[in-house]
Amino acid sequence: MKYRFLRVLPVILLSVPLCSCGTSFMKKDEKIKTATVPSVVVGDSVATTAGMGSRDYQATAINDTVRAPDVESSLEEKIIYFEYDSSKIPEKFLNLVRLHASNLVSDPGISVTLEGHSDERGSREYNLALGERRAMSVRQQLVLLGVSAGQLTIVSYGEERPADDGHNDAAYGINRRVELRY
Amino acid sequence: MVVCLIACPVLTSAGNLVIKIEKGVVKPLLIGVIPFKTGDEALPFQFSKIISRNLERTGLFSSIPLKDMPQTALSRSVNFKSWTALGVENLVAGEVKRKGVEQYEVEFRLLDTYKKSTLLGYRIPFDPSNSRFVAHKATDFIYHKLLGKQGAFTSLLAYITVVKNSEKRKVYRLIVADSDGYNPRTIVKSYEPLMSPAWSHDGKQLAYVSFESKNSAIYLQNLSDGKRQLLVSGKGINSAPSFSPDGTRIAMTLSRDGNPEIYLYYLSTGQLERITRHGAIDTEPSWSPDGDTLIFTSDRGAGAQIYSYKFDGVPPKRVTYNMGTYNVRGRYSPDGRKIAVVHGGDDGYQIGVLDLKSNIYEMLTTGILDESPSFAPNGSMIIYSTMTDKGSQLAAASVDGYMQQTLEQQVGEVREPVWGPLIR
Repeated sequence: MKYRFLRVLPVILLSVPLCSCGTSFMKKDEKIKTATVPSVVVGDSVATTAGMGSRDYQATAINDTVRAPDVESSLEEKIIYFEYDSSKIPEKFLNLVRLHASNLVSDPGISVTLEGHSDERGSREYNLALGERRAMSVRQQLVLLGVSAGQLTIVSYGEERPADDGHNDAAYGINRRVELRY
Repeated sequence: MVVCLIACPVLTSAGNLVIKIEKGVVKPLLIGVIPFKTGDEALPFQFSKIISRNLERTGLFSSIPLKDMPQTALSRSVNFKSWTALGVENLVAGEVKRKGVEQYEVEFRLLDTYKKSTLLGYRIPFDPSNSRFVAHKATDFIYHKLLGKQGAFTSLLAYITVVKNSEKRKVYRLIVADSDGYNPRTIVKSYEPLMSPAWSHDGKQLAYVSFESKNSAIYLQNLSDGKRQLLVSGKGINSAPSFSPDGTRIAMTLSRDGNPEIYLYYLSTGQLERITRHGAIDTEPSWSPDGDTLIFTSDRGAGAQIYSYKFDGVPPKRVTYNMGTYNVRGRYSPDGRKIAVVHGGDDGYQIGVLDLKSNIYEMLTTGILDESPSFAPNGSMIIYSTMTDKGSQLAAASVDGYMQQTLEQQVGEVREPVWGPLIR
C-alpha cells in the first residue's frame, strides 16, 4: 500500500490546493491557478475519475515546494481534528487527507465512511448537523483530489459518540473530528 | 467487523433585552406537610415526602422541615396557633390505611391555619404499583386549590440515559419516568446512541432517533404495547422529530438532499414535504401550540439563531436578536407566549426564556453546560439537563426564575428531558 502511494505522490501534489481554506478554497477572490486533471496515473494502470463527471473538474495547482507535515501522515492515521464550531480542515491535516485521497484514487474498489463528530457543547441536533458538515468538508476535499464520490459515505454522530468522555477542553479537542473508516 | 446492533423495544424581530434574574427574591409560601399516619404497621409509602418535594420543586412553596414542626402527628386536634406562629398558612395531613391484600387507601386534607378550616379533602384507594401516582395526583389537588392553576405533577418525563455496563460498553436507554424523576421505565435500550425523544400530543407515543442501523433514523413507538415503526431513514441526517399539535405531522430534520433542512412527515400517508431551502444548517423544529408557526435553529445569519416560519411562503424570520451569536433549540411555552432556548456565550451554555410579546429575554439557569429545555405542560417549570461532577443530570427551574434544582441523582448520564402532556 505504501509503495503504491509513493508512486502516486507527485501527481497528487500537483492537484492539491495551496491554501488550506477547507470548504471555501474555491472562492473567487483567491489567486490560485487552476488546471484540468483528467486522470491520475497509478503504477501501470490508469485510474480515472470518470463516472462522476469529474473529467473536467477544476483542481488547484500548487507550485511551492513540499512542506514538512505538522502531523506524521500515514494511512494508519485516520482521524482529522477540527477547531471549535468549525468545519474547515486544519492545515496540518491536509497532508493526511492527501494521503487518503491517493490511496482511494489508487484503488477505486475501496470505499470509506467519513464519520463526523462534534464536542458536547451546544445543542445535540445542531452538533449532529455540524458533524455532518465536517464530514462533508473532508469529502469535498477528497473529491477535489480525484476520489470518486461513490467511494465515500457520510455519517454524522454529532456529539453522541465522543472519543473522550471528559467534559474539558482536552476532551473536546479530541471529540471534534472526522474518522475515516475503511 | 463486528456489528453491534441491539435496540429492542422494551415493555414497559425587535431587539431582545437580556435580564439576569437573581434567585430567592420572592419568599415562597410556607406549608407544613405532616407525615401521614399509617396506623400500627409501618408502610413503605412516602406521601408526605413526595408531596412536599413536589411543592418545593415549583419554587413557590417552602415546606417546614420535620424537626421544626410543632406537631408531627395530628390526632384529633390541630394546634393552629403553633403553626401560624411560624407563618405556616397551610397544612397537609393524612392517613394511609390497609384495605386488603395489596390494597390501601389514602385520606388527606388541606387545611388553612388562619381560617382554621379544611380547604379540601380526598380519599383515594391505591395499590403499591400506583402509590406514587396517587401522591402526585394529591399534589395536583393541593396545587390547584392554593394557586388556582392546574398542576402537572402526574405528567411524565422522557429522557435518555447512558450507563456503562460491566464490559465498559455504553448502554443507551430511552426512559419514561414520573415528573419527579422517580419510577423510571425503559422504553428502548441500545448499544448505539439514542437521542431526541419527542412526545405525541396525546402522550401515547414517543418519536426518537436511534443509530442502531449505523446512521440516524427516526422511529415511532407506542408506550402501551412497545410496538414501534421505522418512520424515516436513509442517506444523511434523519433527526429532530417534533409532533404537530394536531398529531397529523412530524416536523423533522433530514439532509437527504445534501444539507440539513426541515421537512414535514405526514403520518397518514408517510409523505414528506420540504419546508426550508437554504444552504445553512436548519434543524430542531418545534411547533407553536396553535400549530401556525414552526420555529427552528439556523446558522443562515449571524451565528446560530432561532427562526420562525408561518407556512405562508414568506421566508423564515429571525426571532433571537441582540442575544449573542448562539441561541438554539427553541421550545414554545404551552401558552405560546414564550420560547425557551439554549444560550451559548462566554460563560458557557444556559437556558434563557424569551417573551415573544415584550421581547424581554431572561436567563433562567446558571450552569456551565445547561441544555435541552422543555416546558412543563402547565407552563410553570422548565426541565433541562445540566453538567455536574457526575456528568449530565436533570434539573428543573421555575419559569419565573426563582428556583432551580437538580433532580434526584441517577446512575450514569441523563440527558434530553422532554416533558409529556397532561393526561386527564
